[in-house]
Amino acid sequence: MSTSQTPPADPADHGHASEISEIELRVRALETVLVEKGYVDPAALDVLIDIYEHRVGPHNGAHVVAKAWNEPEYHAWLMRDATSAIASLGYIGSEGVHIVAVENTRRQHNLVVCTLCSCYPWPVLGLPPVWYKSAPYRSRAVIDPRGVLRDFGLELPADTEIRVWDSTAEIRYLVVPMRPPDTQGWSERELREIVTRDCMIGTGLPGPPDRLARQGHERHP
Amino acid sequence: MNGIHDLGGMHGFGAVVPEPNEPVFHAAWERRAFALTLAMGALGRWNIDMSRSARERRSAADYLGKTYYELWLDALERLVIGANLAAPEEIAAGRVMQPPAPVAAVRATDVGALLARGPTERPPRVAPLFAPGDRARARNMHPQSHTRLPRYVRGHVGVIQHVHGCHVFPDSRAIGRGDDPQWLYVICFEGRELWGADGDPNLKVSVDAFESYLEPA
Repeated sequence: MSTSQTPPADPADHGHASEISEIELRVRALETVLVEKGYVDPAALDVLIDIYEHRVGPHNGAHVVAKAWNEPEYHAWLMRDATSAIASLGYIGSEGVHIVAVENTRRQHNLVVCTLCSCYPWPVLGLPPVWYKSAPYRSRAVIDPRGVLRDFGLELPADTEIRVWDSTAEIRYLVVPMRPPDTQGWSERELREIVTRDCMIGTGLPGPPDRLARQGHERHP
Repeated sequence: MNGIHDLGGMHGFGAVVPEPNEPVFHAAWERRAFALTLAMGALGRWNIDMSRSARERRSAADYLGKTYYELWLDALERLVIGANLAAPEEIAAGRVMQPPAPVAAVRATDVGALLARGPTERPPRVAPLFAPGDRARARNMHPQSHTRLPRYVRGHVGVIQHVHGCHVFPDSRAIGRGDDPQWLYVICFEGRELWGADGDPNLKVSVDAFESYLEPA
């Protein structure tokens, strides 16, 4: 697929009907035929789009991770049977019927990829970003993961083992990052704010560092 | 199929470039192509493995030249035509010319149920051949049809780390030959086993491998 990271914005988004692209026309033609034949309910399409554009996203995964950080029993359940532990919070659905949680430690850093297509744990992370589906990530994550992490500004110690999970079947993987040491006493709600999408894929660490940095600044002026 | 989609370990694609504040969709048509693919997939005329196969079966130049949702759209058109749900002329014209097949659409109120279905695990009929700790070699196999064993592990020896249970077999489902459930394993390879002496000495890579992808080692 094209490695272009930002496809041009569709003119239809801006209301210039005369500039409708060829691909937009093609999708409209297909939708028209499928709707008129009675195969598709346009209202169902709207519901699906709303779910994946507005309701499902990395905030679900952040809830899971923050809860695991604060509740040892939930943490044990998540590591033993992530599918059930995640479903207990209401996060179920396509591309997530079998989920396994893998936990980072000082000795091992986990990274998730799908070299063959774009497999990704939708119920906890939503739909994958373009880079996750791109040829650069899919080709390099398994042969040069430290180089990939450097693309994200992440340099791990050489003695930290990189453990890459290539999602080649219907099992989906969620990385549980290490809890930053400066967050003792934080509530689950506060912790959710620092659990980013990338740290649950393995291409980042918990952040943004707003409050962490502020605390660090206060401690080390 | 030894297609270009099987990208693991290739060189030459450049750096990963994350997009700050990336939207879920980059254009209105992407939303519709995405939702159409899910809604049509729910009709049961094809399965996820046939969908993946339809996205892969194309020239390397075509695959690399299209964006992600262009590949989805292209595959959906092929699947619709292949299942005789619409004729190519109808899709090209955006106009119905033939009576529809007897298919009931997924209604908006059924979307929740649609998304909740679909476990791939099945009751096992035989005992697993491998147990955690066993060494196994990924077979040197090159099927013309859809497979989920990436080229970069074929012929290499790894260690079984976990047994996921018994799951439907994509290679069979993609060509309409049924679920053929098989034991599914996490098999973990050392970086240097896969990439040679220049490989990262502190790297381990696993794939999820069906039992028929593996042989004892």
